Amino acid sequence: MSTKATYGLLATFSKTPEFFTATGKVRDAGFKKWDTFTPFPVHGLDDQMGVGRSKVPIFTLCGGLFGFCLGMLITFYMNGFDYPLIVGGKPYWSPVFPFPVMYELTILNAAFGTLGGMFIMNLLPRHNHPLFEYEDFIKSGDDTFFIVIEKADPQFDLDKTKAFLTEIGAEEVHVVEA
Amino acid sequence: MSDSTAELTLSPEAARQRDEVLSKVKPVEVPRPELVTGDRDFHWVTEKICGIPESKTPRWWWIMFVIAAMMATFTLFGLSWLVSSGVGVWGLANPVNWGWAIVNFVFWIGIGHAGTLISAILCLLRQKWRTSINRAAEAMTIFAVVCAGLFPLFHVGRVWFAWWLFPLPNSNWIWPQFRSPLEWDVFAVSTYGTVSVLFWYMGLIPDLGTMRDRALKGGRKIKAFAYGLFAMGWRNSNRHWRNYEMAYLLLAGLSTPLVLSVHTIVSFDFAASNLPGWHTTIFPPYFVAGAIFSGFGMVLTLMLPVRAIYGLHDLITQYHIDCMCKIILATGSMVGYAYSMEFFIAWYGANNFEVFAFVNRAFGQYAWAYWIMIGCNVISPQLFWFKKIRENTWLVWIICGFVNVGMWFERFVITVTSLANDFLPSSWGYYSPTIIDIFTFFGTFGLFSVLFLLFLRFLPMMPMGEIKAVMKQGDGHGHGTGTQGQGYAEGGHH
Repeated sequence: MSTKATYGLLATFSKTPEFFTATGKVRDAGFKKWDTFTPFPVHGLDDQMGVGRSKVPIFTLCGGLFGFCLGMLITFYMNGFDYPLIVGGKPYWSPVFPFPVMYELTILNAAFGTLGGMFIMNLLPRHNHPLFEYEDFIKSGDDTFFIVIEKADPQFDLDKTKAFLTEIGAEEVHVVEA
Repeated sequence: MSDSTAELTLSPEAARQRDEVLSKVKPVEVPRPELVTGDRDFHWVTEKICGIPESKTPRWWWIMFVIAAMMATFTLFGLSWLVSSGVGVWGLANPVNWGWAIVNFVFWIGIGHAGTLISAILCLLRQKWRTSINRAAEAMTIFAVVCAGLFPLFHVGRVWFAWWLFPLPNSNWIWPQFRSPLEWDVFAVSTYGTVSVLFWYMGLIPDLGTMRDRALKGGRKIKAFAYGLFAMGWRNSNRHWRNYEMAYLLLAGLSTPLVLSVHTIVSFDFAASNLPGWHTTIFPPYFVAGAIFSGFGMVLTLMLPVRAIYGLHDLITQYHIDCMCKIILATGSMVGYAYSMEFFIAWYGANNFEVFAFVNRAFGQYAWAYWIMIGCNVISPQLFWFKKIRENTWLVWIICGFVNVGMWFERFVITVTSLANDFLPSSWGYYSPTIIDIFTFFGTFGLFSVLFLLFLRFLPMMPMGEIKAVMKQGDGHGHGTGTQGQGYAEGGHH
């Protein structure tokens, strides 16, 4: 592979507080196309990076509403419309007696919505990524924190950004190729 | 800066008052017990947890696996016999038409509830000690639901028509009857199983990513492919963690009402009938408390040997065991309260049949089962009041064994005593299981163990990310040994 281009710069940190502070500095410097890679979700890092609230709840809500309506619909259709069953002289259908069915279907579909929403918002599954090419990528799942600034960022300048990352306390700075 | 910052900022006046009060009372810093002891670092956690499935299969594992697999064949035998002969091979006969099958079903479903409690309710309550046991407990939930599902599935008699339980078009052109609690059960249990798998799987994704990378580095291509397939290309990005954390919280929020509803609906199987001893409003909360009680008993029964074998004392500390023992004590006391309240209401309700049902439970032909239940469920957990006992791992393990036995007997007592002595004394009878009943139930422990052993062998049994997040080095503000409630106080400053 001779046609490798630069994907971005990767800075490593081994201590959570240093990494946390550095993240704030990258945000304040106004970078747009950058990300952090951490072995665990660091508390408060979303605000530190300046990324907003997750949109996953919308998927959950849609899933839940769909499940609830589905429960209403199937119980009405099956016991009240397609094959009306007389049980104890009661009305063929009411929203009360099959409530457990609607309740469970609400939760079931909301859960599928949540998991699906997480994948959609994260653009996963995606089994290839330039970062996987970085030889020590494995450390991001172990004990090292990465800050990656992409070349696609308008402010990106190989030397200046490298100097910036060193200045904010990066232990090592690597060029990641894609 | 998010919007929430504004809400958490105190007005200058309020801040001044707070500081004034704080300087006067000088609140004591309550130290939090460390959740990972032994001054370990992140790398140690990764190595320890990944090391278990990566190392060579230990000999004890093979021995256990073979024994468990052999035990599981008892279920296979029992069910084959049942299917080839008919439900008559079970000990069911008028008036007891719900015997061991229902008892075992409720028993196994109840076992599962602790897993969901740990992963969902304790997550919402921010009980950080849940992190090192939640993965294994969730696995336990799923395997328990598998075992539970077998019983009603085969109880329908012609198991090849079991799919009629689901609202699917069939050749008879009829649909399920949604007024029946048994039909609600179909929805509750299948939803419970599915959502538990989703929750468990989502929690596994980051760790599967780590396992994939490690397998790739070690040159184990097939393993890397298998882990990688399910890791979905997870790359530890914080932009991903953000959605992941939100999804995790939502699934916890969804599982909480779910787990409460499942055992509530299971109790409706009984409570919605008109039988004395079953037709009581106390059943839903009483069943849920009992389920959590039995589930924690099973969690400790499994985790204490695992902790000893793999040397996980720094991850499952005495503090974890203490917390679980206290939950067993609390839920065991609730169950004891429910037992006495049943009696009280039977007397207070002044219904002769109801009074008879309960007096008969305690002093009738099944008195032996009733007193085993009381001894195991009400008396034995009371020993957990004593710190000395909570600190004695062997005793904790033995008491948890009693809890498991006691909770099985609870379901036996509820199901069988009410049925055996129904309204017509001429049809009273004494129910005993047949050897087929016993084989089928005995074998489910083998099935459960096979599944659990496979889980230990192939998957990281603790969520590494969650454990690292509660370690003192994992705090972004550099004050790791936080005090109670500090997390909230710090929440507004960034």
